[in-house]
Amino acid sequence: MMEIGLNHYLILSIILFTIGLIGVMRRKNLLLLFFATEILLNSVNIAFAAISHFYGDLTGQMFAFFVIAIAASEVAVGLGLLIVWHKRHGTIDLDTMSTMRG
Amino acid sequence: MELYLYLALFAPLAGSLFAALFGASPKIMIAGIIPSALLFASFVSSTILLVYILSGGAPVHVEMMTWMATGNLYIPFGFVVDQVSVTMMMVVTVVSTIVHIYSIGYMDHDKAFNRFFAWLSAFVFSMMVLVMSDNFAGLFIGWEGVGLCSWALIGFWYHKESATWAANEAFIMNRIADLGMLIGIFLVYWNTGTLQYEQAFAVMPALGTDILTLMGIFLFIGAMGKSAQFPLHTWLADAMEGPTPVSALIHAATMVTAGVYLVVRANPLFDLIPHVGLFIASLGAFVALFAASMALVNRDMKRIIAYSTLSQLGYMFVAAGLGAYWVALFHLMAHAFFKALLFLGAGNVMHAMHNELDPFKMGGLKKAMKWTFIMMTVASVALAGIYPLAGFFSKDLILEVAMIEHHYIIYSVLLFTAGLTAFYSFRLVALIFHGEERYKLFGVHPHEAYKFMLIAMAPLLILAVIAGSFKMTYFEMVTAVLPATEYHVHSAVAYWIMTIGTQLFVIAAIAFAYKKYVRSGITVPDGTSKMENRLCYKILSNQYYIPYIYEEYLVKPYRELSTIFWKQIDMKVVDATVDGIAGIIYGTGEKTRDMQSGNLSTMLKWMVAGTVGLLSLAVVFGLAVRYSVEIKAILSGLGV
Repeated sequence: MMEIGLNHYLILSIILFTIGLIGVMRRKNLLLLFFATEILLNSVNIAFAAISHFYGDLTGQMFAFFVIAIAASEVAVGLGLLIVWHKRHGTIDLDTMSTMRG
Repeated sequence: MELYLYLALFAPLAGSLFAALFGASPKIMIAGIIPSALLFASFVSSTILLVYILSGGAPVHVEMMTWMATGNLYIPFGFVVDQVSVTMMMVVTVVSTIVHIYSIGYMDHDKAFNRFFAWLSAFVFSMMVLVMSDNFAGLFIGWEGVGLCSWALIGFWYHKESATWAANEAFIMNRIADLGMLIGIFLVYWNTGTLQYEQAFAVMPALGTDILTLMGIFLFIGAMGKSAQFPLHTWLADAMEGPTPVSALIHAATMVTAGVYLVVRANPLFDLIPHVGLFIASLGAFVALFAASMALVNRDMKRIIAYSTLSQLGYMFVAAGLGAYWVALFHLMAHAFFKALLFLGAGNVMHAMHNELDPFKMGGLKKAMKWTFIMMTVASVALAGIYPLAGFFSKDLILEVAMIEHHYIIYSVLLFTAGLTAFYSFRLVALIFHGEERYKLFGVHPHEAYKFMLIAMAPLLILAVIAGSFKMTYFEMVTAVLPATEYHVHSAVAYWIMTIGTQLFVIAAIAFAYKKYVRSGITVPDGTSKMENRLCYKILSNQYYIPYIYEEYLVKPYRELSTIFWKQIDMKVVDATVDGIAGIIYGTGEKTRDMQSGNLSTMLKWMVAGTVGLLSLAVVFGLAVRYSVEIKAILSGLGV
C-alpha cells in the first residue's frame, strides 16, 4: 500500500480544479454554476491545507478557513439573488440572462 | 523709489485689464479714461524716478521674484531704473499718455473703442517690461509682448483684408528676426553663464572675438527686425494699416526704437567688436538713404511718415554703430517727440478728409485746420533739423559723429539724406496745407479735430521745440552708464562751416519742395505725366520692387513648397499614420464587441481563456529569466 503524500493531495486538487473549471464553462444552470464555483474553491482549500501540513506551517490552513468563510457568505448572497431572479423570470437558465449585451 | 518703479510698470497693465473687462461691450467712456489716467500715473512715477536719477541717485534695482531657478540657470523678474532705462521710460510714458488721450477723440466713433484701449495699454506695459528689465530674458518677454500688441493693433480693423495681411506680415517678419535674437541670447548664456546684463557684460571682455562677433550679429538681427532695418523693412510701411495713434505710438516713437535700445543697452558688447559696429553704422546709413528715397515719391501720407521713421532709425543706428550710444539715445528721444506729433497731425488730417491718404487730393487745408497746420509744420521743421528745434541738435550731432570718426562716406550719405528728409517732409506739408483747395473737387468739408486732442498734442509740440536744449543735462546724466565721448569738431571754423552748410542745404531743399508743390495747377497724378513714367520714379514708387521680389521669389516658392509638403508628407505620411492607428483601434473594437454578448457563460469562458493566457506568459517569462544564461549562450552560438 502506497503512502499518501503531498503529491496525491495536489493531484486531487488539480483534478477537482479542472472539474470545477469545466463546470464553470459548460453549465447553463445558475445553481450548478454555484456548485462548480464551490468545487473550485474547495480544490484550492485542499491544496492550501496539504501544503500547510507539509511545511508544518499553520498559515495555509488559516487561509483555507478564510476561504470557507468567504465562500459561505458569497453563496448566501448569490442564492438570495438567484431566488429573486427565479421569482421574476421563472427561470435560472444562463442563456436567458443577457441584459448586459454590448 | 521701488514703489514708483512698480507703479510706473504696472499702472499700464491695470489700465489694460480694466479696459479689457469691457472688451466685448459697446463703447463706454471710462474704458478710455481710466487707462489714460493710469498711464498718467505711470508718467508721473517715471518723472519722479527721472528727477531722482538726475539729482544723482543710485540706479534703482529690484528683484520682484524668482522666475526660473534650475541648476545653474537663475532668471529673476528683475527690473532696473538707471540712466538709460529712465530715458526710455520717459519717452514711452510721455508719448503713450498723449496718444491715449488723443485716441479718446480719434477712436470716438469706432465700435471697438474699449478693445483698442485694452491693447494700447497692454502695449505700453510690454514696452515698459522691455526697457526696465535687468536681464535678456525679461527683455525678450517685453520684446515679444510688444510684437503681439503691435500685431493686434495693426490688424485692429480686422474686417479689412489689407489690415490682417499687414498685421501678419509684421508678425512673421519679426518672428524671423526674433529667431536671430534668441540665438544671440542663447550664445550669451552659453558663454557667460548668466542673462543678467551686468554679470554677462562683466564676463565678455574675457571671451574670444569670434564668439563675441557672433553674439553681436545675432542680437543685431533681432534689432533689425524690430527696428525694420533692411532687408526686413517692408513690414513697417504696411503697418500703417493700423489706426493712426497706433502708428504714432508703436511705429514711430517706441516699439521700432527697441532695436536701437538693445544696441545701446548692449554697448559693452558692441564696444568690444567695432567691426560689427561699423557694419551696423553702414547699414544704418544705407537704410537712411534708401528709406528717404522711397518717401520722395510716395503718395500715401502715412507711408511717407513711415519711411521717414525708417530713415531716422537708420540715423540712430549710425550713431549706435559708431559707438556714440548717448547720441543715438538722444536722437531716439527727440525723434519720438516730433515724429509722434507728425503722426498725430496726420491723424487729424485723415479725420478731416474722411480717411483720405493721398496728399494730392488735399491742398489748402491750412485755413480749415490752423493748429494742425502749425503742429505739423513745426514737427517737419524739427525733423528737417533746423536750428533751434530738437532735430537740429540730435541729427547734426550724428553727422558730426560720422565726421569725427572719419567715416566720410557715411557722413556724405547722411548729409544728402538730410536734404532728402527736408524735401519730402515739406513736400507733404506743402501738398496738404498749401496751394489750391483741391479737396473741394471730392466734396469733402474738412474740420479741425476736437480741442482736447489738440491740447493733448501740445506737450509734444513744446518738446519738439525745446528737446534740443536738454542736450548737456542729458549728456551728463546718461554718460554715467554709457561711454562718455564728447563729439566736438576740432576747429571752430570747420564746425561752423559744417553746421551752416548743413543748414543751408536743408533750407534749400525745403525751398525747392515749396517751389515745386505750392503752385497752382497741381493735379492728382493719373499715371500719364512725364515724371511718372520715368524709370527712377517707377523704381522708387514701387519701393525698389522689393515687396514684389519678396512675393515672387520668397513667398510663392515657399507657398508651393508648403503645398507639396502638405499634400505629400502631411497628408500621405503623417495623417495616414495617425488615421491608420485610429482605424486599427476602431476596427479591433468593432470586431471584439461580439465578445460582449452579455451571456455569463461566454464571459466565463473568456475569463478562463484570459487566465490561462496570462499564466502561460508568466510561466514563459519565468523560464526565460531562470535560464537566461543558457539562452544567451545558445543565441551567441547562433551568431545573433
